[in-house]
Amino acid sequence: MSVAVIFQATSFSVWVLTLAGITDNFWFALTRMISATPAIELIGIDKRFGAVHANNNVSLSIAKASIHGIIGENGAGKSTLMSILFGFYAADKGEIKVQGKPVRIKSSTDAIHLGIGMVHQHFMLVDPFTVLENVVLGSEGGALIGPALAKARAELKHLADEYELDVDPDAIVGELPVGLQQRVEILKALYKGADILILDEPTGVLTPDEADHLFRILRQLRDQGKTVILITHKLREIMAITDRVSVMRRGEMVATKETARTSVEELAELMVGRRVLLHVEKSAARPGEVVLDVRNVLWRDRKGTPRVDGVSLQVRKGEIVGIAGVSGNGQSELLDVITGIAKANSGQVIFKGEDITTLHDPAILRQRGMAHVPEDRQHRGLITSFSAAESAILGWQNNPKLGRSFHLNRAAVLSQCQKQMEEFDVRPANPLLKSSKFSGGNQQKLILAREIGSNPDLLIVGQPTRGVDIGAIEFIHKRLIQLRDEGKAILLVSVELDEIRSLSDRILVMFSGRIMGELEATADERECGLLMAGIAREAA
Amino acid sequence: MSQRGELPTWVDVGLIPLLNLAIALFISGLVVVIIGENPLQALGIMLHGAVGSLKGWSYMFYYATNFIFTGLAVAVAFHAGLFNIGGDGQAYVAGLGAAIPGLLLGGALSSVLPGSISQPVTLLAALAGSIAIGAFYGWVPGYLQAKRGSHIVITTIMFNFIASSLMIYLINNVFRPVGKMAVESRAIDDAYILNFRELGRLVGMKLPSSPLNPVVLLAMLAAFLVWYLLWRTKLGFELRAVGANSDAAVYAGISPSRIIMIAMALSGGLAGLVAFNEILGVQHRLLLDFVGGAGFVGIAVALMGRSHPLGIVLSALLFGLLYQGGTELSFAIQTISRDMIVVIQGLVILFMGALEDAFRPSLSALFFKVED
Repeated sequence: MSVAVIFQATSFSVWVLTLAGITDNFWFALTRMISATPAIELIGIDKRFGAVHANNNVSLSIAKASIHGIIGENGAGKSTLMSILFGFYAADKGEIKVQGKPVRIKSSTDAIHLGIGMVHQHFMLVDPFTVLENVVLGSEGGALIGPALAKARAELKHLADEYELDVDPDAIVGELPVGLQQRVEILKALYKGADILILDEPTGVLTPDEADHLFRILRQLRDQGKTVILITHKLREIMAITDRVSVMRRGEMVATKETARTSVEELAELMVGRRVLLHVEKSAARPGEVVLDVRNVLWRDRKGTPRVDGVSLQVRKGEIVGIAGVSGNGQSELLDVITGIAKANSGQVIFKGEDITTLHDPAILRQRGMAHVPEDRQHRGLITSFSAAESAILGWQNNPKLGRSFHLNRAAVLSQCQKQMEEFDVRPANPLLKSSKFSGGNQQKLILAREIGSNPDLLIVGQPTRGVDIGAIEFIHKRLIQLRDEGKAILLVSVELDEIRSLSDRILVMFSGRIMGELEATADERECGLLMAGIAREAA
Repeated sequence: MSQRGELPTWVDVGLIPLLNLAIALFISGLVVVIIGENPLQALGIMLHGAVGSLKGWSYMFYYATNFIFTGLAVAVAFHAGLFNIGGDGQAYVAGLGAAIPGLLLGGALSSVLPGSISQPVTLLAALAGSIAIGAFYGWVPGYLQAKRGSHIVITTIMFNFIASSLMIYLINNVFRPVGKMAVESRAIDDAYILNFRELGRLVGMKLPSSPLNPVVLLAMLAAFLVWYLLWRTKLGFELRAVGANSDAAVYAGISPSRIIMIAMALSGGLAGLVAFNEILGVQHRLLLDFVGGAGFVGIAVALMGRSHPLGIVLSALLFGLLYQGGTELSFAIQTISRDMIVVIQGLVILFMGALEDAFRPSLSALFFKVED
């Protein structure tokens, strides 16, 4: 009751003030006054994991009622820093102040009590529960669930009105689209009284449209006095939404800038520590004969839902065909069908003139010249507990060069890996090191070296630069273009629209298992975005 | 970025097992104190019983032989991501493969061929039979896991019971000669493996009596072959790939179901060698429960040996020591019964196996504090 009264009183006074002509400027000045003490201060945070110095004397101050971006390459230490703030790890050294008061955060419960909420990259939701049940989770308060649910329902309605955070409270979370699931995460945090909201790579799973909506929500949250910390590696998002931005590199905080007074180029340089080329230079494609011909392929999952729904596409020699789309729209399944990991329910896959639809054997396809850089590097591309040399023969272990009949010649395996590491500049160039010890970029280079090293006719590449640092992205992109110019056929799947647009010669957009349309490489982002959201061109 | 740093190899494979062993022995010592004996004296008797005489040593190696086989069996399955609890059953049933050639073929062959030919042929047939039947009995749960999704732990446990019932029935109703009281087959006297004492006598050397026989060398060879298979062959690579990450294996075009069946057959075959050792090398007859729980000890041996053949040989020797020393101890101190020995062995298995990682977090915290 009392909350509602205060709320109405506030909106009334806002109305009066607006009427009186005291508008945005006044609010801006007011929030500045309130925000004299920063919402969060991290002072000299230090954290080591064994030999890795994940956070080296990091200090950061985040103003109240602001959107503060934290960028950095993979392994720069931004996730570690936020995990320390949210109580997952304890810092070895350093001090944390929340709203000016020194605090000790030992667990996520402590963090929540201090008004810190976190929206993880991978959602922490119970799929079969309703939105309401998920929101209440962790604050049930008492043996019976009824009162808590009723309270949450009222509160949700209030939050929805205030922040444009509409979600049906009785919907089953698992059945909601990703964008809405993310909203549930935000609601969860707000419901628990978060004044400071940390979002870890929030747009990775969203269409450009959904991302825009998220940004509107975040701005509204800021305008209502909440503090938002946005962790991302996408420079454009930083420029679009943040007030200030901090850059981390190799565990250190290298700079904090007013967003309005910096540029994408400057930030990229700060992140990497040197100048980087953000655009790929390439000549026009000279497509040759068709290498891969996919005809009307249908693939159903166990529940019988078609995940790949009548997809047809062709890839020719000397061209890169890009498949754009928000993740989870059938791209992964399509790649599985093409590479023989899954078998199509109907339709045809023709590779170099031969029908391979029912072959269902990745090993044979490799021998015939189809290489595959899988989307999920950690779970498929290599075996993290194996040495680099062993990961570097995964899928090619029966190559006669590596030993006669059943024998596996260790020397040959090691020397091949050493050669590939040198050619692809994998660091450290030590074939005996465990695969898990390499950074994302170096793991990816190792996989690319393996797949390209077989001199394939067709290269299937999924998310070539996911979780890869900018330096390595540059290298990988150049290498793919070079491969195209050598006359190889490349099918590229990526959720990074920029990547698709800068590498592809033709762009296909996938939505809900279907190809929504084909675009020229020069197509603008808006057009792609509409197709990615499932709006066909006729309707748009 | 790993959650916590990894410990150096020497801590992982050396210090932690030794620490676990020390704690197991300490608690065993407390148990000995509770029943009113001197734990140091008990420890002394145990060590002396196992490594204080040539006889003790040879018993220790005899026990270790079986443990190496079963430890390797568990390890091979483990590298393919399978927990084979059925080593006992596989070894037990493999007794059929070990005994039948000797019981049927041995006599028949020796009547038409000279002993120098018939004996090796019979022994080779018994060796092949032990491996084949053990392999088959491991393959079946593997097949059920690969093709039907029945969990290997559940099926192998059930197969142990099936093996036990089957063997009791067969030994009692098929193999037991009419009129014999003991539940066992007739003696295999045409072709068996001479033990070291008998071999020594042939060349005029006097060795203490023990069941130790040349099969111990086969165990060492098996350990080497398992190492070679896992780390130097394409099949071994595929097997480990399936065990480490079956999604990656599928991506690489390796069929997990094929590998699961192969790994379980290999595992069963290795367990089957226990039957070869016991029946041809020690007992010279098929009898009830000749495996004596070696299949279960193999699980502890493999865990302690970190599923590496070298580690398995070493930990099998440790368990051999515990068995032999324990037997001596129960003779020497009347209040420490056979059951007490089982308690001590149980404690070792508990700390080495089930609580294997209990001290790892604190040790690793300590280690990195010191390093800083």
